[in-house]
Amino acid sequence: MGRFWSLLFLSVPILGVAAFVFAAIPGGIFANHWLPEDISQHGAVVDKLFMFILYLTGVVFIVTSFLMFWFMWKYDADRNTEPVKYLHGSHTVEIIWSIIPAATLLFIAIFQMDAWADARMKYPTDKATGFKKPPLLLVTGRQFEWRMQYAGEDKIIGTPDDVHLVNDLHIPVNEEIVIRIQTQDVLHSFFLPNMRIKQDVVPGMKQHIWFEAKKTGTYDIVCAELCGWGHYKMRGRLIVQSEDDFREWMASAIAEQNKTSLNVNE
Amino acid sequence: MNTATVDDGHGHAGTMSLKLFISTYVFSKDHKMIGLQFLFSTLLWFFVGGILAMGIRWQLAFPWTDMPIIGGRLFSAEGGQISPEFYTTLFTMHATVMVFFVIIPILAGAFGNFLIPLMIGAEDMAFPTLNMLSYWFMWPAFICIGISFLTPPYGAGGGWTSYPPLSSVLSAAPGSVMAQTWWLTGVTLVGIASMLGSVNYLTTIIQMRAPGLTMFRLPMTIWSMFITAILQAFALPVLTAGGVMQLLDRLMGTGFFIPEGLVVNNSEMLSGGGQPLLWQHLFWFYSHPAVYIMILPAMGMVSDMLSCFARKPIFGYKPMVYAISGIAGLGFIVWGHHMFVSGMNPMLGMTFMVSTMMIALPSAIKVFNWLGTIWGGKIQFTTPMLFSLSFVSMFIIGGLSGIFMAATPVDIFIHDTYYIVAHFHYVLFCGTAMAVFGAIYFWFPKMFGRSMNETAGKWHFFLTFVFMNGTFYLMHILGAVGFPRRLADPYHYETFKQMLPMNQFITLCAFAMFLSQIIFAINFFYSIFKGPRVGRNPWRANGLEWFCPSPPVAHGNFDKQPIVYRGPYEYGSPEVDEDYYPQTQPPPEDVSEGDDTESGGDH
Ligand SMILES: [Cu+2]
Ligand SMILES: [Cu+2]
Repeated sequence: MGRFWSLLFLSVPILGVAAFVFAAIPGGIFANHWLPEDISQHGAVVDKLFMFILYLTGVVFIVTSFLMFWFMWKYDADRNTEPVKYLHGSHTVEIIWSIIPAATLLFIAIFQMDAWADARMKYPTDKATGFKKPPLLLVTGRQFEWRMQYAGEDKIIGTPDDVHLVNDLHIPVNEEIVIRIQTQDVLHSFFLPNMRIKQDVVPGMKQHIWFEAKKTGTYDIVCAELCGWGHYKMRGRLIVQSEDDFREWMASAIAEQNKTSLNVNE
Repeated sequence: MNTATVDDGHGHAGTMSLKLFISTYVFSKDHKMIGLQFLFSTLLWFFVGGILAMGIRWQLAFPWTDMPIIGGRLFSAEGGQISPEFYTTLFTMHATVMVFFVIIPILAGAFGNFLIPLMIGAEDMAFPTLNMLSYWFMWPAFICIGISFLTPPYGAGGGWTSYPPLSSVLSAAPGSVMAQTWWLTGVTLVGIASMLGSVNYLTTIIQMRAPGLTMFRLPMTIWSMFITAILQAFALPVLTAGGVMQLLDRLMGTGFFIPEGLVVNNSEMLSGGGQPLLWQHLFWFYSHPAVYIMILPAMGMVSDMLSCFARKPIFGYKPMVYAISGIAGLGFIVWGHHMFVSGMNPMLGMTFMVSTMMIALPSAIKVFNWLGTIWGGKIQFTTPMLFSLSFVSMFIIGGLSGIFMAATPVDIFIHDTYYIVAHFHYVLFCGTAMAVFGAIYFWFPKMFGRSMNETAGKWHFFLTFVFMNGTFYLMHILGAVGFPRRLADPYHYETFKQMLPMNQFITLCAFAMFLSQIIFAINFFYSIFKGPRVGRNPWRANGLEWFCPSPPVAHGNFDKQPIVYRGPYEYGSPEVDEDYYPQTQPPPEDVSEGDDTESGGDH
């Protein structure tokens, strides 16, 4: 039976690697079973880091799993006629297999730092003025919807010319934008799968995210932090438009809003 | 072998008075009975947690469809469907039960209690009454969580992490007002029970070792229980404090975790000035070390089983001890890796990334040493060995997938997706639960004096191994797509709607895995009463627990005082003809000295 069990364990790395390979290959029955389309400027870095760790851990997975199979196969008590190796360990190999993984892990950590700093610590500045970029809009999560509040013409959030929308986020393509995000009630998480952006929103905290879309189209906004029974349906739409389309949409949205507020005033 | 002459004290149940019955089986102060009480309670909860998981899998494979047979009775209001409210209760309770009522108490409570005195050659725990209390403190917790689950309309739905404000503001989850309070009380009580246990374990291991049993002759099981007890003793008070604070927030409006000006569900909060992130820090300050509380004892037991069935000394005993000590030390400074996208200062994220990467190192060292242990041995493919080997194989996967989430930029994408779900199920189910199964098969003869059926055990192993990989491996792929956890219906998102067939496959595997456990249940209960009787040492293992009768003497465990001359891993020693050199067998030159020790061996 030793052979049977060894082969069962050998099937782990074989099927394990196969599952990832089939999922990562575009098309076929496993179409779209991999990282969703990346439409952001910075997402390629995140994806590359993901793939880098995947290759690295993949090699370790294959080597250790194969060794495991090989030892089970070779040292099966029914077939191994040699006496057991009476051995309590080895200083040399302990040092080797401590230092190599330690260095690798430290390298992985350091290798990630730039990408993390870019994503979370380097608030974008306006190239023309050198000042911090003002947020394009304020996104507020609440059970169970996303409220968008655009700064409007004066570029200041919280003034009467602000444009209000629910669940639809319009942004211009090829422009780095800043969004201020917050929540009105419980925790939510603002997740843009195609942008490789995820940020929890915490009551009492003002936070900013920034990104640049490379492609126009409509994409999902997902809530990724449990926020109550309706968490699953807290879905928004990210609408990336060309610069002209965005400006046109913004103008019409302002006009629309003025019309309704005038009506209210009457 | 003289097991037949040793009466274990359980044989005269017929004439036993009620008082004796209660003091033997109910409020017992005997560590073996308490261990078995923990074992039976946790296995029962394991079954409950499994059923809850099946509910989750049903919803993810066939969202909003009537559950066959039981659906109509359970959710008559929804016409047999799982409602979104009930779905949040399902995953909250599944995690709560599995973490607090199964994994932690089965390792520390069941195996810790049963094995520690036996493996160190002691008569009992240092504080038998405290030990009894540590079990009976679980019952109020069982009751609280049970009430919480059954409280209408929906039970607790804040996730097992219970993040405020959702968990601390009553109007945030109107379906679980009382249920959430019961839940918090229950979890806080479990913490107190484990704390009582940990103090006892530490004292027992430090004070009550048999003569000659130095710290560096302790089996890995005991080392890991020792380190686990340290983690519990130091980390649990933080969770307990946090739990009480959240209870006060709910009941007294203290507002520790509730910020100013919160409007939830159109009702404005009166209190304020608190900080929701504080709870996350307190919770993970406990719950990250808890991850190691949930794996270290399994690692220890697997080390012992691997060495026994490879008939070879464990490879790198001291490095293994240093590795688990390293895990314990580092384990206290990595909790922030659960909070990379929580809004915590990103600078801190970087620090936690480095410490988290480094904690992968001791785990890697342990894997290499396990491989070193089976290398060059004579492997006996018994049921406990198969489970132990699968622990190593699966822990490789669970360990490696952890590196992804330690890397902050990658974690931005995979946080709160099925990648995480895959990772911790590989560690906790494919790892710990498999080790626990192995340990049950391994120590069952010592517990009941009978052995479990090997053929049924191997079928149980084979089916569980195949179906659990079918269940959990593909969750990595779901995670790569960004498939979020805790969503009752993710398929209305464009990004995730193509993942339904894969989820249906996962669900079928999960059902099959669940059904495979029937083999275990039958084998377990049948063998308690009808399994073949065994002697002291059916596996020809070298730990001290195999030196006493099976089952051990009711009061005092050992019929002869064990005296230890060497470590527990002397398999294949060239000094003796047998393939192991019992710990209690005196070296040849010592034979003339003592007359009471020469019978130490078991043969
Ligand atoms: Cu949500
Ligand atoms: Cu952790």
